[in-house]
Amino acid sequence: MLDPSVLHHLSEAAVAIELETPDMTLNIGPQHPSTHGVLRLVAKVDGEQVYDVQPVIGYMHRGYEKISEVRTYPQIITLINRIEWVSGYANEIPFLVAVERIMGLEVPERAQYIRLILTELTRLSSHLMFMGSYPLELGASTPLMFALRERERVLDLIEGVTGGRFHPNFNRIGGVKPAAGAGPSQKKLVQDLPKGFLEDTRDAMDRVLSTSDELEDLIAGNEVLLARTKGVGILPPEVAMAYGVTGPNLRASGVDFDLRKRSDYLPYDQLDFKTAVTETGDCWDRWWVRLVEIRESARMIKQAVDQIPSGPLQAKVPRVIKVPKGEIYVRAENPKGEMGYHVISEGGQVPYRVKIRSASFNNISILPHILERILIPDIVAIMGSLDFVLGDVDR
Amino acid sequence: MSDLLSNFWILLAIKLVAIAALVPVSALVIGTAELKISAHMQSRIGPYFAGGRFGWAQLIADGIKFFQKEDIIPEDADRQVFRWAPALVLLSTVALFVVIPFSPTLIVRDLDLGVFYVLAISSISTIGVLMAGWSSANKYSLMGGLRAAGQLIAYELPLVLAVVGVVIQAGTMSMVGIVEAQASFEVFGTIAVPYVAVQFVGFLVFMTAALAELSRIPFDLPVAESELVMGFVTEYTGFRFLFFFLGEYASMFSMSAIAATLFLGGYHFPGLDPAIWGPVVLVAKIFFLAFLMIWFRWTFPRLREDQLQTFAWKWLIPVSLANIAVTGVFKVVF
Repeated sequence: MLDPSVLHHLSEAAVAIELETPDMTLNIGPQHPSTHGVLRLVAKVDGEQVYDVQPVIGYMHRGYEKISEVRTYPQIITLINRIEWVSGYANEIPFLVAVERIMGLEVPERAQYIRLILTELTRLSSHLMFMGSYPLELGASTPLMFALRERERVLDLIEGVTGGRFHPNFNRIGGVKPAAGAGPSQKKLVQDLPKGFLEDTRDAMDRVLSTSDELEDLIAGNEVLLARTKGVGILPPEVAMAYGVTGPNLRASGVDFDLRKRSDYLPYDQLDFKTAVTETGDCWDRWWVRLVEIRESARMIKQAVDQIPSGPLQAKVPRVIKVPKGEIYVRAENPKGEMGYHVISEGGQVPYRVKIRSASFNNISILPHILERILIPDIVAIMGSLDFVLGDVDR
Repeated sequence: MSDLLSNFWILLAIKLVAIAALVPVSALVIGTAELKISAHMQSRIGPYFAGGRFGWAQLIADGIKFFQKEDIIPEDADRQVFRWAPALVLLSTVALFVVIPFSPTLIVRDLDLGVFYVLAISSISTIGVLMAGWSSANKYSLMGGLRAAGQLIAYELPLVLAVVGVVIQAGTMSMVGIVEAQASFEVFGTIAVPYVAVQFVGFLVFMTAALAELSRIPFDLPVAESELVMGFVTEYTGFRFLFFFLGEYASMFSMSAIAATLFLGGYHFPGLDPAIWGPVVLVAKIFFLAFLMIWFRWTFPRLREDQLQTFAWKWLIPVSLANIAVTGVFKVVF
């Protein structure tokens, strides 16, 4: 039997131990309504405070790099536009340019313009998706409907040219697919774009511009949304560059880096456009940069539609595509950021190795850095503002 | 007939049946209104096929669906608490209907401390929410429950303080008494105006705090689905989930009814006989307020936990205290 006074002390000790509140480990995902897919975050939380977040990726690894080693080049094009499904078409461009450069093909200008228009339409569809889904993550569901309504028009345009909405499979090595009825041997340049497409596109871009004003009204005029995003998740430019963050996320941090200005993978130098750059690098800036990019893309598409030259759609390519020995890295400004393909060819129908550099992978690598010492609702606000797609992360 | 009605037990039975019918019906009507109004705000059509026209039977079909679902209780859950939590939430909502006056005589029980009763009973639902959050053995549920508790403490105060202004002005806490006081309350000339004309600060504070009590956007942190999956209802299925759902919409109805009674003149409308038109007038006012709540919900995102607390403690409570002081001064002066 213990002395009563010892018991008394023991009970005090027990109370002291129980009152210590150890950090709780909260597993957010891989199945969770806010993570856009199978991303898992292991968060250390104390009540509402978050101390440390570690992202766990790889739940969606589909092995595109490896499978590319046993597929022919035209087959790979079909595969890689599934990497990032919100802007599938844009994924193909850097790979095509890489292959065409190894083969030394000169892509006709009209085909390049069609590629440019479709890439920018894809960017519109991707950014409009973000415009809607970001407020949804903060609890406002109405902007989603407004944005998706507009995105549907953009997808209709893409469908009109290619026949597909998300994964058009429209590019060919050396050009774009001639429209139905115009076979590869046809010399006449008819029916490459559907009738009335250029006028429809001009009208649709006007509507996109007016919708972007509507969205700005709805979201930028919303006090609660501003309070949730301004000053939240600030990403300093030097950190962003150190982690290889690209795209709108980098430009929101004040770094004027846009591959459309710096690279010549598509004839962007013929167009007059500005890159959107903001100073702070918080969630609000990341939203704002994408809104400005919607407007710039719409303007760009209008210009491209005005300037589009006539001419053939395809360079002369052999029926069976064999790529000579060579190695190249081509990168492009995708809606989510820089997407690049490092293609090594040993000659023959299949590549020796394809390394895919996807934007979202680098963009979410900063999560442990900017998700420190915040509140739980901020996890969603910050993660949503980075606008990543899990397929693009895991490949 | 009058003998029958004067029998206490028969009257009680009638009242019980009336409330038991009113709660689900009001929840269904407001729930359907929310579906349709939100759809039109978002350029959608909303429910369309159920019931033949306008999808009026959508929520009835949903209710039947919920009864068919399996009632899952998590293995680690505190089973008794888990079972009783939804019932407690619904109970507090049902109990609120007791003091809503639909006309001078159409009220279950006109309590002397009607307002006091309302404020006390409406807090019970938060205990149910806390029970649900705690017993689910789920971290998201627990956080949702604790958020609800924090929200209750923060927003119950401005709710009470906003009502104090009305009570000072009416000089009574009886719900019928407050409506009658508004019927004879004249500021300019001869037309009776409801208290919102002079108590508009109190009205705004009350409506804001009521939104928080109901956990609706922008104060829906306890269920915040993009953060906490579904908050305290994460683990609930079937008819227990339905209880929460029913409780949410029925308490929208009852909270709007209380706001309409305290601030908008309740069943009274100038020129209409309250004995006949009372229920219609009150329901119209309730739907106006419910529409405002639906409008907010589909317009705003949700606040963050710290912003929610700051808003309550630094803005609503000082404002409502100032409102009480001003009301008191005017009451003494005039």
